[in-house]
Amino acid sequence: MDAIATAADTRDQIASYLTQHEHKSLLRFITCGSVDDGKSTLIGRLLHDCQQLFDDQLAALERDSVKHGTQGDAIDFALLVDGLSAEREQGITIDVAYRYFSTERRKFIVADCPGHEQYTRNMATGASTADLAIVLIDARKGVLTQSRRHSYIIALLGVRQVILAVNKMDLVEYRQDVFEQIVADYRQLAEHLGIAKVDCVPMSALTGDQVTRATSTMPWYAGPTLLELLEQADLAGSDAERGFRLPVQWVNRPDSSFRGYAGTVAAGVVRPGMAIATLPSGQQSTVARIVSADGDLDRAGPGQAITLTLSAEIDISRGDVIVEARRPPEVADQFAAHLLWMGDAPLLPGRQYWMKHATRTLGVQISEIKHKIDVNTQDHLPAKRLELNEVAFCNITLSAPIAFEAYADNRTLGAFILIDRQTHATVGCGTLSFALRRASNIHRQLLSIDQAARAAIKGQTPRCLWFTGLSGSGKSTIANLVDRRLHALGNHTYLLDGDNVRHGLNRDLGFTEEDRVENIRRVAEVARLMTDAGLIVLVSFISPYRAERELARSLFPVGEFVEIFVDTPIEICEQRDVKGLYARARAGKLPNFTGIDAPYEIPEAPELRLQTDRSSVEELADGWSRRPSSVRARRYNRRHRSDSESRSRRTRRCRTAPRPGQQLLRAVPTPACGAVGASAYRPSTRSSASTLSRRILLANSENASMPARPLARWIHGGR
Amino acid sequence: MIDPHKLTHLDRLEAESIHIFREVAAEFQHPVMLYSIGKDSSVLLHLLRKAFYPAKPPIPLLHVDTTWKFREMIAFRDSLPQRYGIDVKVHINPDGVRQGISPITHGATVHTDVMKTQALKQALDLYRFDAAIGGARRDEEKSRAKERVFSFRSSGHRWDPKNQRPELWDLYNTRVHQGESVRVFPLSNWTELDIWLYIYRERIEVLPLYFAAERPVVERDGALILVDDERLPLAPGETPQLRSVRFRTLGCYPLTGAIESTASTLEAVIAEMLVARTSERQGRVIDQDPGASMEKKKQEGYF
Repeated sequence: MDAIATAADTRDQIASYLTQHEHKSLLRFITCGSVDDGKSTLIGRLLHDCQQLFDDQLAALERDSVKHGTQGDAIDFALLVDGLSAEREQGITIDVAYRYFSTERRKFIVADCPGHEQYTRNMATGASTADLAIVLIDARKGVLTQSRRHSYIIALLGVRQVILAVNKMDLVEYRQDVFEQIVADYRQLAEHLGIAKVDCVPMSALTGDQVTRATSTMPWYAGPTLLELLEQADLAGSDAERGFRLPVQWVNRPDSSFRGYAGTVAAGVVRPGMAIATLPSGQQSTVARIVSADGDLDRAGPGQAITLTLSAEIDISRGDVIVEARRPPEVADQFAAHLLWMGDAPLLPGRQYWMKHATRTLGVQISEIKHKIDVNTQDHLPAKRLELNEVAFCNITLSAPIAFEAYADNRTLGAFILIDRQTHATVGCGTLSFALRRASNIHRQLLSIDQAARAAIKGQTPRCLWFTGLSGSGKSTIANLVDRRLHALGNHTYLLDGDNVRHGLNRDLGFTEEDRVENIRRVAEVARLMTDAGLIVLVSFISPYRAERELARSLFPVGEFVEIFVDTPIEICEQRDVKGLYARARAGKLPNFTGIDAPYEIPEAPELRLQTDRSSVEELADGWSRRPSSVRARRYNRRHRSDSESRSRRTRRCRTAPRPGQQLLRAVPTPACGAVGASAYRPSTRSSASTLSRRILLANSENASMPARPLARWIHGGR
Repeated sequence: MIDPHKLTHLDRLEAESIHIFREVAAEFQHPVMLYSIGKDSSVLLHLLRKAFYPAKPPIPLLHVDTTWKFREMIAFRDSLPQRYGIDVKVHINPDGVRQGISPITHGATVHTDVMKTQALKQALDLYRFDAAIGGARRDEEKSRAKERVFSFRSSGHRWDPKNQRPELWDLYNTRVHQGESVRVFPLSNWTELDIWLYIYRERIEVLPLYFAAERPVVERDGALILVDDERLPLAPGETPQLRSVRFRTLGCYPLTGAIESTASTLEAVIAEMLVARTSERQGRVIDQDPGASMEKKKQEGYF
């Protein structure tokens, strides 16, 4: 053979193969169904028939089938996709597996999704990137609750094409009437869910009938095989005709001569010379170049990762969206959205989460759950919270406006995930439906007299002193004494007390988790209004959750909010039991009582910590019996800071039984030098921590006999 | 007719990977790219440079050297600064060196654990990297097929495959606490064939070891092991034979089997792969451990 000619032939062959491969389209699809429906067998069959299984993989599969298989001596294809040992042991699919195969016409990425309800979030992971879904139905069982749930989830995530694969036809004697009944049932469901296109195929994954090849077993069926349906399916419609959208991912600035904006085109086509605007600011400019490592481009479209330069510089940073100036999207900060909750702890309206939307991360709260949706029946139900894997239609409020489009129009600008601010877990995903006009119609009225003017006339610096601690810890007693002291000094103050506010403003709220969140949100807003009026506000609320205390803090300028942890062991609170509440809670007559059967999350970095078991409540508020020497104070301060750091690692969220409060409070390290009743620390910001401590301790030692002098000092900013 | 705006398969994969690189650079404090010198690393490096063009990549490279890599690999690595102006940090586990760990005396499992997994964890802790980019692909192995693109690791570098963060659309959750980290896999959706076709399309430089040549090998347990230096002990009567071989995958030379081949050009390699009947990792001795070994190794911190 002529070696040179062969090499040239190979080169030509590869060149033509590459050309063909280049123009192959890519279809991403998911398979829904339980193991019993034959889902894994189907994927195994597809891979096998498309020659995507290598010899050594088949050999390994045969070995595994003997060990874990459920098909007797035959190959168990489920083991091919159930790649985690836990899955193989339990015979269930826990998480999505991605497999890759191709035919002469198309490349495929298949996400094999778990069917069990408890793994819905993993199914959503697979569905979010799918163009199409195969819904597998066991011919003997018909359309089950599970098929309804799967179809609802894929419709929620915008999958508009389904192949209904009626499997195990061999077990119903290939009967046409069975197939047609299932098809009729499913079409009704699909119409209800808004799934636009449904193709139906009768098949048997086990025998291979109608999967990749037409067989004579069902002469009444003349339609395409499953594989042909996959090859013919429409791809997600090109977004090239829509207005240009580029969420900015990265500002590229190698030196002062170049400033580029990098990101992936979410819709539309961009060309040099196009007039653009950046949102939410609305500033305008013109595209100068589309820069790429392969030279400048004359245009770029959806899905391309590009870098733009502009002819006139405007202020653009990550999270902004560059859009076609002629066709901009809406900007808003309140939305109606569908939400799938994926957190282990429930979603609570009013609580702050992070939302990642395109390339921007910002604060968000669910302002109202309009209704939740039973994923099995699609019934609408009222709800005050959402549990794992529940879906709801909600109103959400963002901390800042964003450029958006409805998810149905643009996946990138209509999709978001929710992240827990403390655990950093991904706790939810959602799709934006439409903007609520409330915020944009209610414009903030600019008042000509501001906080500074109001405070000046009172001769004081406004503060919010937030007392948190268990019931009976002494919050209200201390707050009340401090209030009196400040009043005597001529300050304008107000004391918001938990019990009192619950008699009026918050009369409609109970003690469930979601009501506690709302309770704190309202009080924090009231306190903010009062400090805006120039007052010193003392808030005495159990406020058991870190998240809500952080929310309260976020409403105030830095330094204006002072968190005071009234730290009293639960045993002592219970001994005091001034209102007889602990006795009733222990007797089971008072459910959701903090410290007994509801959690108290210890502050990680309060400005002040008052230990009422070291000094009496009166001593803390009215003065200190012993004064620490400055050396001891420094030593104490050092030790205490490291304690608080290790503690923040040890205690995240404490919920224990049967006497949770005890363990919870025992987790708090108490300083060895017991003379100090109050201390201040802020481990996250060392310099300010030491300044704070010094100020408090200095005030402490100088004015040991002065009632509430440290707090008064604090309020007067050291004056 | 072909829609001019519709991207080809390779274009889509490239854009997806670039998006991932940019997301890492924008959201992490101390990202790093694990560079292992093989073909996937060559593709990663190419994509990294494209993602930030015309700027230099803002993400440094790290090579965890087991001291048993093919000599050609080290030479290739050491030429990077000159070719691309990119520096590669190199980390070798000093404890392993002191203990004289080698695949010959301690076996593949111990060697891989000490010189690769432990070494990697040391380096990540040493430089306090909060994101480590790797070239793993989901088509390589069944536990990899299950892994997220942004794969969370607890503070001990552990992977919890039963409790992964949900990952929707291309909205990657990049939030970690101090000490926690994320492994990032920009090539998740690439197949071995895609890698080669991309190398072909973009004319990316790869090691000559991937192409067939006459090389001295010995046959052990069915694997062809290259006699790369004098450290490989020969059994009595064992003599290296010159055979035309190449490698589909590259690791430590005593643990990586060659395949018999005459494919000495890129085109021939691709042609050979189109008719291949065995998977790429078949040549890796370390993968022949029972059942879920990759999953276990990954849980402990292996890439």
